Amino acid sequence: MAEVALTDEALREATEKEYQYGFVTDIDSEFAPPGLNEDIIRFISSKKSEPDWMLDWRLDCYQQWRGMEEPDWAFLKYPPIDYQDAYYYAAPKRAEDAPKSLDEVDPKLLETYEKLGIPLHERAALAGVAVDAVFDSVSVATTFREKLQEVGVIFCPISEAIQQYPDLVRKYLGSVVPKADNFFATLNSAVFSDGTFVYVPRGVRCPMELSTYFRINAAKTGQFERTLIIADAGSYVSYLEGCTAPMRDENQLHAAVVELVAHDDAEIKYSTVQNWYPGDENGKGGIYNFVTKRGACRGRNSKISWTQVETGSAITWKYPSCILEGDHSVGEFYSVALTNNYQQADTGTKMIHVGRDTSSTIISKGISAGHAQNTYRGLVKVLGSAERARNYTQCDSLLIGDKCGAHTVPYIETGHPSARVEHEATTSKISEDQLFYVMQRGLSAEDAVGLIVNGYCKEVLKELPMEFAVEAQKLLAVSLEGSVG
Amino acid sequence: MLSIKNLHAEVQGRAILKGINLEIGSGEIHAVMGPNGSGKSTLSYVLSGRDGYRVTQGEILYKGKNLLDLSVEERAGEGVFLAFQYPVEVPGVSNMSFLRTALNSVRRYRGDDIISAAEFLKLARDRASQLGMDQAMLNRPVNVGFSGGEKKRNEILQMALLEPSLALLDETDSGLDIDALKIVSEGVNALRSPQRSALVITHYQRLLNYIVPDKVHVLARGRIVETGGKELALELEQKGYGMLGLDNDTTEAA
Repeated sequence: MAEVALTDEALREATEKEYQYGFVTDIDSEFAPPGLNEDIIRFISSKKSEPDWMLDWRLDCYQQWRGMEEPDWAFLKYPPIDYQDAYYYAAPKRAEDAPKSLDEVDPKLLETYEKLGIPLHERAALAGVAVDAVFDSVSVATTFREKLQEVGVIFCPISEAIQQYPDLVRKYLGSVVPKADNFFATLNSAVFSDGTFVYVPRGVRCPMELSTYFRINAAKTGQFERTLIIADAGSYVSYLEGCTAPMRDENQLHAAVVELVAHDDAEIKYSTVQNWYPGDENGKGGIYNFVTKRGACRGRNSKISWTQVETGSAITWKYPSCILEGDHSVGEFYSVALTNNYQQADTGTKMIHVGRDTSSTIISKGISAGHAQNTYRGLVKVLGSAERARNYTQCDSLLIGDKCGAHTVPYIETGHPSARVEHEATTSKISEDQLFYVMQRGLSAEDAVGLIVNGYCKEVLKELPMEFAVEAQKLLAVSLEGSVG
Repeated sequence: MLSIKNLHAEVQGRAILKGINLEIGSGEIHAVMGPNGSGKSTLSYVLSGRDGYRVTQGEILYKGKNLLDLSVEERAGEGVFLAFQYPVEVPGVSNMSFLRTALNSVRRYRGDDIISAAEFLKLARDRASQLGMDQAMLNRPVNVGFSGGEKKRNEILQMALLEPSLALLDETDSGLDIDALKIVSEGVNALRSPQRSALVITHYQRLLNYIVPDKVHVLARGRIVETGGKELALELEQKGYGMLGLDNDTTEAA
């Protein structure tokens, strides 16, 4: 009889919903010639009117990159990437140089961000959130800069920081993720085109949430952004990034580097809601997301907290990490990684304990549906100097359906006998019991799955700034539609 | 309200219900008793539309509609409520937000306005205190770490908020002490009205002292073998199912 299969059917029907940020903005863009060589790097550098030291840095990275091999240890399968078959620079054309004010920004760009739910006009913007909008290879607008400047907070495109604050950039760029760190980071170091720079001076609590919204628009173009955030002694900043891209059949490369530095008693809270185009239900298209994110807790009592909600991308390769150098410093990693259809994610963190009495917490929630593969990979390393280091790790995996996979790969190395490292891991399925119970109370199958998954991710979602937690909840529900069947 | 005719149902290919006939009029409360494994819980799952409970024959009319055409959530929207024998935990979801989502889903189905968070808070607190529930339970995750009694009370709280027209209570009395039993029964009785009916599944006559049924049915081996007034329950309590030629636990497990 019909009613037996209804749960399954209702869930299947829901697959119809498409990725809602998949539109393309029709705008004239200027491209670098395709492929990668020294000339391309010189082209990017000259586009940004960079000083020689920056060009030399890039060229050095490029030379090192040519001798490096793409890592193959992650649990990811994808065809070889042809690094010569892509554009490394694409920017909307504009009459002058950088727009002086928001009124001079191309209305098409403003409209694009409006459609993405990120109004850039300050009067319409989310209260208390300043935005740097990065479109393909350039930052097209940065809001609330003057207001932040009043308290001494620098919030600007990194291309601008290289010119205006060269001392700060030279001091910190590559100080957390060195030039030859890994294949993707080194590629980024050679070709990065824009990104966000933040400096919070001593003792200042940044009065607004800072955020960058990354948008890939141009076809066959990689995005290589670079973010550098420095929190000086006793300061605090909360930063959030969001990402979307059009739906295309081809795969596009995104290789970012983020470096964070926290000095004595400083705190950086870094949140990500990653919703790059994940590919279609057959696994065609989608972004390849190879990202290196690392924070250095340089100072005593400093704290860096990573929160990520990863729902997009065909491939996610990402391990936001903390180097706990300062005594009593704290590192945190809260992650929700959701993969559906043919998405693959290999993500986790590294907590490197160097200083005494350092502590770290890792809470990872992996959700796998459809034919997706989801891997948590994490390292907790306690050096000989890290007396009384503590770590608590909790890795939970949730499987929806029986064709997906969840994998947990923890690495633990302790070099001091006083270290205390705890690791807990669970794997579970959404039970038919739960689904029936919730639906008997009137919720549709997709609302029921959304509710259960959001509950499952609660510990992580509560770490997000309020406005974004609500968005992330909706995103989880949408990303899961049609996942059970 | 509810009319069940010659209902046959199977679970994983095994026939459990073998020709149930049952009429429940508006405003009536019927009790279903019977040995373990006689099909009592199966009946409640078939009525609420659980996956895997396959109806092979017969029909169920509910408010004149073919109930079997409706999905689980549509039945809930139409006012069918199942108080679970074993309420399920939903970690990370606060009881309050679960209850409000449920109420609003049902209201949306019925074409009623969504209830605001503030309005709901007041309503939920009222109902919870009527059931002698600690307000803190509203903020805890659904059923997580609840005692057996707390879980059952939470079911009744949900029922009180959703105001169903057909409540199915599956052994709601099991695991309750006498005080809790009284409170839960009061919760059920408070909902009694000419527009609402209930089917109360129980092993014990005790519950029926508090929730007085209009009729009592004995379910055995997938059929209703005896129907009587409230005095039938009393008689069964004294004489056991043996009086009907049945042993406890003789039938197939449901």
